[in-house]
Amino acid sequence: MSKITARLENRADFKKYCKSCDKVLDIKKHSKNAPIGKYIISVCSSSGCKASNSDGIYEELVKEVKAHNLEKKVEVSITGCFGFCEKGPIVKIFPDDTFYIKVKPENAKDIIEQHIIQGKKVEKLLYINPATGKIITKQENLPFYKKQKRIALRNCGLINPECLDEYIANKGYRALEKVLFSYTQDEILDKLKESGLKGRGGGGFPTYLKWTFAKNNKSDKKYTICNADEGDPGAFMDRSIMEGDPYSIVEAMTIAGHTIESDAGVIYVRAEYPLAVDRLNKAIYNARKMGLLGKNILGSGFDFDINIKYGAGAFVCGEETALINSVEGNRGEPKGKPPYPALHGLFNKPTIVNNVETFANIPYILNDNQTTFSNIGTEKSKGTKVFALAGKINNVGLVEVPLGTTLREIIYDIGGGIKNGKKFKAAQTGGPSGGCIPASLIDVPMDYNNLTEIGSMMGSGGLIVMDEDNCMVNIAKFYLGFTVDESCGKCTPCRIGNKRLLEILTRITEGEGKMEDLDKLENLSNVIKDTALCGLGQSSPNPVLSTLKYFREEYEEHIINHLCPAKECRALARYVIDQSVCIGCGNCARKCPVEAIFKTDKPAKNPKLRVFEIDAHKCIRCGACATNCPVKAISL
Amino acid sequence: MTGKMSEEEQPKYAELDEFIKSVNRDEHELIAVLHKAQGIFGYLPEKVQRYIATELNIPVVKVYGVVTFYSFFKMERQGKYVINVCLGTACFVRGSEKILDKFEDMLEIKAGQTTEDGIYTLQTLRCVGACGLAPVVQVNGKTYGNCTMDTVKLILDECKAEEENHE
Repeated sequence: MSKITARLENRADFKKYCKSCDKVLDIKKHSKNAPIGKYIISVCSSSGCKASNSDGIYEELVKEVKAHNLEKKVEVSITGCFGFCEKGPIVKIFPDDTFYIKVKPENAKDIIEQHIIQGKKVEKLLYINPATGKIITKQENLPFYKKQKRIALRNCGLINPECLDEYIANKGYRALEKVLFSYTQDEILDKLKESGLKGRGGGGFPTYLKWTFAKNNKSDKKYTICNADEGDPGAFMDRSIMEGDPYSIVEAMTIAGHTIESDAGVIYVRAEYPLAVDRLNKAIYNARKMGLLGKNILGSGFDFDINIKYGAGAFVCGEETALINSVEGNRGEPKGKPPYPALHGLFNKPTIVNNVETFANIPYILNDNQTTFSNIGTEKSKGTKVFALAGKINNVGLVEVPLGTTLREIIYDIGGGIKNGKKFKAAQTGGPSGGCIPASLIDVPMDYNNLTEIGSMMGSGGLIVMDEDNCMVNIAKFYLGFTVDESCGKCTPCRIGNKRLLEILTRITEGEGKMEDLDKLENLSNVIKDTALCGLGQSSPNPVLSTLKYFREEYEEHIINHLCPAKECRALARYVIDQSVCIGCGNCARKCPVEAIFKTDKPAKNPKLRVFEIDAHKCIRCGACATNCPVKAISL
Repeated sequence: MTGKMSEEEQPKYAELDEFIKSVNRDEHELIAVLHKAQGIFGYLPEKVQRYIATELNIPVVKVYGVVTFYSFFKMERQGKYVINVCLGTACFVRGSEKILDKFEDMLEIKAGQTTEDGIYTLQTLRCVGACGLAPVVQVNGKTYGNCTMDTVKLILDECKAEEENHE
């Protein structure tokens, strides 16, 4: 650890501090100068792994190290999200990069005694490649990581998120140093422009433009806001970045403040993310203590400080004008644009609002990587994007890939395919604002333009995978239910229109739909898209329109045949007798209160008896037959 | 100040007062004050809302408007065990709706309600970010992953056992 703990008064102090942190990551980065025979054991301490008791693993490891008098040889440390949440809790051993999965506290003994003392890997904790059956020991060799390119997540799983020294050792705060002492504001904006960075929160607006507008609007006060109100259910990259690399957000906001001439920063974060708030608070405290935040940063004369504001559970507050209302202590209702926040934002002052992932990219880009960044991705979408891969997929987790990577690569190469060998049906990107991408479009390169073209959107990067057991009408209904819950009620199209959409969808899933409902859905959706006030309303019909476009036959099946092909809609569920199991006892027919069960002429196992069948039109779905079947041949 | 303060409530109001002073009675801090108040009282009954309105010198309707806008703020007393079933998309596609149904059946209440004895509150939430463990249920902040019908039983049995231990 660095011996420098006093406030850094100027650039020379900062350089000294950086030098003193030089060796901090030697073991983790396999430097030639790394001390031989020393180990670092990194335990994932993000919310996902903590939910599976990674704290207990940490404590046991510390105990074991002490019990074996290994304190000088072994350091137990925490780190941010590795991304491979499916296999969590994860423990990584440096310098050999051994990647242990699904670790339990009781495994701490094995790790210390076998791995550290005897030098033998603990085989039962290693990943087995399901394709080859072979054991993989190193993180970099896991198929999950092979196609990834980690920029926004560069520090997650590497550094201790609570340790400024480690952040500095991985090139942290070098971008701020350059911004403060070497670049003019226009140069910073040029570099951002060259990188091609677009907003990662949903809209995809070029970041340099947003900053340019705010910089050009003169005012005595300007605000820099970090939008950490990650409301898209199923997306958790912002949370992971805040938990795993909080200093990158603090540094990036300071850079933004300097560029647009703002001295006040606000992080608006979900109240449901206590750990992220805790890590951010620690980062802000340490940055202030070291003179990297607050008055006269590094002696440059630039003042900037950051406040944390809590959200209170409202999805619409992810929309920037609604967010600003909420920061002001009001109901989080959006305002019409223009004027944009860059002119009239928080307390009517020029304001920029950027998303967490956008900010996380900025220190990397401004550390002379703008060209490298723009060389990644497609012609119009540069850099990488973090996706939260979830749903019916083998490897649930956070993945960061170059923009333009296909869905197939993400689902099969990285995600390890669909759970339980089922068939891939669709993927939803962009959460409640996005659309469903059908299996037929699995080879479309995922970038901003392509996703919009096929009726979805990038959104914040939630990527929910669905298999043949998911009913697409029910999914559309689920998202509309969400939108209706979360609509702020200010504009009529969203407040009433979405409610009508939900009613129609509910009708269809209950077998009461009519064919003309499909036209109604489409017309109403288009009206809402054209007339709603904010991004939430304008994009809320996307799940309906995209499922109608790609899965119309599934809607028709619900309406015409009163059948849910995925068997998910309970009202349309039918009891069926599995005739290969039926023994022909006739118990079901006797118990059926409406005489819906009849004997067929097909022989049962005992050839003297005949198997039974249910008349779906008479069936009232009481379940009496299933309960009374002695061989469990009847199910929904 | 409206309504009488009971002896038991006095230290609670004192704590709230201190916080309101620390933010200089700034009305823009209303949401932070409400977070604090809910932390102290467990929920935000009308009396507390009126108190905050007076102290911040803003209309009660403003406070009420904000409280009812955000799903995090509760106006009813919560049960001793607050069961949150995640209905985020990742959990939903892995069947969390059925988990919720099971809780509703077993507790004989609907989501958003509290049992008559004040022991259980059943709620839904949208994504705790533990999508790798979907479907997820949280009970008083403790997370249960990969939930099945058996987990529902297990959770309620655990709560019951804890209840009996206390008695």
